[in-house]
Formats: sequence, C-alpha cells, structure tokens
Amino acid sequence: MPSPVSVPDTSGNVFKPEKINFLVNGQQHSMDLLPWVSLLDALREYIGLTGTKKGCDHGQCGACTVLCDGDRILSCLTLAVMKDGSEITTIEGIAEQGQLHPLQKAFIDHDAFQCGYCTPGQICSAIGMMKEGKARTRTEVKELMSGNLCRCGVNTHIIDAIMDVQNQNGHE
Amino acid sequence: MNNFSYTRAHSLDEAIQTIGNNTKFIAGGTNLLDLMKYNIEKAGLLVDINPIDSLRKIELLPGGGIRIGALVTNAATAYHPLVEERYPLLSKAILAGASAQIRNMATNGGNLLQRTRCYYFYDPDTPCNKREPGSGCSAIGGYNRIMAVLGASLSCIAVFPSDMCVALAALDAVVNVSAPDGDRCLAFADFHRLPGDTPHIDNNLRPGEIITSIDIPEKGFPKNYSYLKIRDRNSYAFALVSVATGFELESGIIREARIALGGVAHMPWRVLEAEDFLKGKPATDMYFSEAADIILRGAAGFEHNNFKIKLARRAIIRNCTMALHPETQLPGAQPSA
Ligand SMILES: Cc1cc2nc3c(=O)[nH]c(=O)nc-3n(C[C@H](O)[C@H](O)[C@H](O)COP(=O)(O)OP(=O)(O)OC[C@H]3O[C@@H](n4cnc5c(N)ncnc54)[C@H](O)[C@@H]3O)c2cc1C
Ligand code: SF4
Ligand code: FES
Ligand code: FES
Repeated sequence: MPSPVSVPDTSGNVFKPEKINFLVNGQQHSMDLLPWVSLLDALREYIGLTGTKKGCDHGQCGACTVLCDGDRILSCLTLAVMKDGSEITTIEGIAEQGQLHPLQKAFIDHDAFQCGYCTPGQICSAIGMMKEGKARTRTEVKELMSGNLCRCGVNTHIIDAIMDVQNQNGHE
Repeated sequence: MNNFSYTRAHSLDEAIQTIGNNTKFIAGGTNLLDLMKYNIEKAGLLVDINPIDSLRKIELLPGGGIRIGALVTNAATAYHPLVEERYPLLSKAILAGASAQIRNMATNGGNLLQRTRCYYFYDPDTPCNKREPGSGCSAIGGYNRIMAVLGASLSCIAVFPSDMCVALAALDAVVNVSAPDGDRCLAFADFHRLPGDTPHIDNNLRPGEIITSIDIPEKGFPKNYSYLKIRDRNSYAFALVSVATGFELESGIIREARIALGGVAHMPWRVLEAEDFLKGKPATDMYFSEAADIILRGAAGFEHNNFKIKLARRAIIRNCTMALHPETQLPGAQPSA
C-alpha cells in the first residue's frame, strides 16, 4: 500500500501523516503514516509482514501479539506512531540463520496448531513470557498465556510445547 | 475510528497546556483505542503522554508509603519488588486483570479511567445514558447479568470493571492530579462516583486534569491478604464479583480489616462499618459472614444479576478465609483449593 498523503475531512480539517522509523526484525523501516494506523496495520498493510494476524482488532484474542523492545504487546491496540523508534519483532523474525526457533520446533513436535491462525501470536507471546521469567509451573504458564485464545482448541498442546521448551532451557 | 491528529507531550506542563476541547490523552491506548474503533470515544487530537518520563517511576514516600507513577505499566507495577513485598494485594489484583500483553501496555493512570464494560454502552445502536445522556438505559429491563447490585440508579446500573482499583480502594490510596490551576490529591473513595442522574461522568477528575501518580500509605497487609476474582472463565475475563481483603491479626484476633468489592457497583465498594465491626473479633467464618451482611445491606438485583448478591456474600467469606492463608492462593486470583 502506498504511503498516504494528507487527508482532508468533511469539516475541512487536514490530517498529516507522521514520519515513523522502526527496526522491524532487524531491518530499518522509515515511512509516513496517518496517526490512526495501528501497529498491526502498519506491519501487515504497509510493511507487508502478514504473519502477525488480526483476530478481533479489539484486544480480546492475542492473535496480533508482537514483541516491542522485547515485551509482548497487542499490535491492534497500539498506534504505529506511538512506537516510533522502537524495535519490533514479529513471527517472521524469530528464526535465526534459517534455524527454527525452539518454540517453532516444539509447536510442530507437539501438534500445537490446527488452522494456525493463532500460532504467530501464541509463539510471540510465549517468547515474551519466557523473557518475563514469571511462569514456572504448568498452572502459571496457563495463566500467563491466557491472553492468547485458540479457536481450534489446541490449548493443551500449546502448553505442552511451551513446557517442553521451558524444561529444555532449565536443563541447559 | 474518526480521523484525528496526534502530538506528543514531553513534559507535564506541555501536556496540561495542550489538552482542551475535543482532545484526549493517550497512555497505553488499550481502552481508548478499543472504544475509538467503535466510535464510542472520539477525539480530534490525541496527546501522547508517554514521553513524560517523570510519570514513569515508583518511589518510596517519606512517611513509609510508596508512590506509583501514572505511566508505570500495570505489569511493571505488579512485579516491582517494593509492591510484591509490601503490597502483594495490589500485585495480585493487577495480575488478575486482563492478559499479560495488555498489562504490559496498560498504565496505572489509564486503569483508573477505564470505562464500563456494559454491553449496551458498547453498542451504539441502543440507548445508553452513559454514552448518550438522556437516551435511556437499556440494561434496566434488558439483559443485565453483569450489572450492579449496589449503588445503582434509575439512570444507570453499570459497574466499574477495574481489578487494580479494588485493591487501591482497600489500601486507602490517594490519587495525585495536576491541572493548569494547580495540583490536587483525591482520596480513593472520592475518585470514582456513583451514577446518580449523571452516569456519563465516571469519576471526579475535572476536564483537563491529568493523573500524575497514586500514593499508597504504609499499611499494605503483606501477611494476610487475598484477592478473589469470580468470572465466567478462569482467566482473561472481567469480574462478576471480586473481593480484596487485608487483615492485621494478633493471635487470631482482627486488629484491622479492609474489604473492598469489585464488579458490583459503579465504583469499588467499601463499607467502613463492616471493617469496624470486625475489629477485635476472632478471624472466623461466623464474623466474616456477619461482615458480609453489613457490606451487602441494601443490595438489589435487576433480574439476571440477582445471583451476584449471594455470590458476593460467599466470595467475601471465602476471601477472608483465604487471607488467613495467602500461601494457598492460586495464580490469577482464582478460588484456592
Ligand atoms: C480485552 C481486555 C480485557 C481487559 N480485562 C481487564 C480486567 O480483567 N481487569 C481490569 O482491571 N482491566 C481490564 N482491562 C482494561 C485495562 O486494564 C485498561 O484498558 C487499561 O488499564 C487502561 O490503561 P491505558 O494506559 O491503556 O489507558 P488508555 O486507553 O491510554 O486511556 C484510558 C483513558 O484514560 C485517559 N488517561 C490515560 N492516562 C491518563 C492520565 N495519566 N491522566 C489523565 N487521563 C489519562 C485517556 O485519555 C483515556 O480516556 C482489559 C482490557 C482489554 C482490552
Ligand atoms: S447500565 Fe449504564 S452504561 Fe449500561 S446501558 Fe444503562 S446507562 Fe448505559
Ligand atoms: S487482533 Fe489484537 S487482540 Fe485480537
Ligand atoms: S490453531 Fe486454529 S485458532 Fe489456534
């Protein structure tokens, strides 16, 4: 999608695009976006990274979860302009040197997706959760992953996959 | 969402000067953007207050309490060592709310100002006095399962949905605000309000005022506390009823008690008479249930939410018992086994 120019509204107000710079998955992006463009739409529609999904667009499902400066956030409830200067990591940016991230591997091993729509959000959320370091037991992992809904009901396998990676890390 | 302009405030002064008609502050954005996408909230200009670093800190107060900045996120507050150690009730209540992602974004100031989750408030095709003063209340006589059983009016029966604020009410917090004509402090009990015949006004913050921080006095009840949240699913759902309890005990006798309820009224609900009643009494079910009766005096349902009265009574008793044994508590403020 091309960068927009100024948009007039019916009462004659003119809304100017804002200059935004992000580091997305290690790559610098500079663009002009109107203030109401969400981070989710910026990623999907303007940068072309469609791995991050729009489930509800209202903070209810977690499909749009990305990492912003390492923290898991919902890109649908964030304006892109508010994240000017931030470092964003999406599902496209978590594999390293062609090697799947351990969570990606574990999701495959544990059959942790069916349609796959919630998966990018689930994996980004799990990476954020591990960085936070607050979930030790399975009950705690379930609680701290509750912001990611799965319509296919694969939750048990998702928690299995995460526990697997947590345990591997614990034994390193 | 309506089209809007955007600007950043880099200092408190700049924020206060920039705010005016048809403008709104944006902090985490988790409530404002949600509502703007439904055209329920509208603004011609959003003033992003995130660059104001002075609002993003947690510090000790000379008197022994703490001050939590308006821009500190709910997650950073809940996991702050001072809060975990001295105010575990606050930590617990925050962690019972929303999801980890939302708590990473949501700020303390924004949490106090979040709007109701009444279904009709969210549906612009139905009458709602809160959204459109004078249009009527669809919840009275409509489907009202999640609505208030205390302090409601004939204009509005909505509840205030915050978990964090239930703990802040129990802890006697104070809200610090700034405006061009000076600063003020509001006792937590005076911050939110009952709907009366002006339900479009959620709280006593004046137009143009900005929340800068929240002070919590020294007494945090770290030994005997509990937050119980009853909801339709185990996690990531708003409270049907929630209870925050803090006790100071001496050989099984209650020296001081705090009990606040969420999900039952247009503001966190505290009845000092019940807390006074518990003073000097043994910490037993019998007295907890008498206190519950005092708290719920005058409670009335609107048909689908009648169950909340009995539920609240049980939740109070259970949570008071849980406060005696904080080590048995589960993550997410679920009932302990
Ligand atoms: C799916 C979902 C589930 C949720 N579940 C829960 C739950 O279970 N329990 C719970 O307690 N909460 C829950 N929340 C609500 C969440 O806690 C609030 O949305 C959040 O705390 C609001 O903070 P914010 O910083 O994002 O506010 P914003 O959305 O940025 O702002 C909210 C309002 O406050 C104003 N504002 C913000 N900061 C200031 C300030 N410093 N001074 C003056 N005005 C200010 C804004 O202008 C706006 O009107 C949930 C939210 C979502 C989306
Ligand atoms: S209860 Fe309040 S918020 Fe809900 S429809 Fe009635 S007036 Fe509106
Ligand atoms: S798309 Fe963001 S939470 Fe559903
Ligand atoms: S795999 Fe289909 S929604 Fe989770």
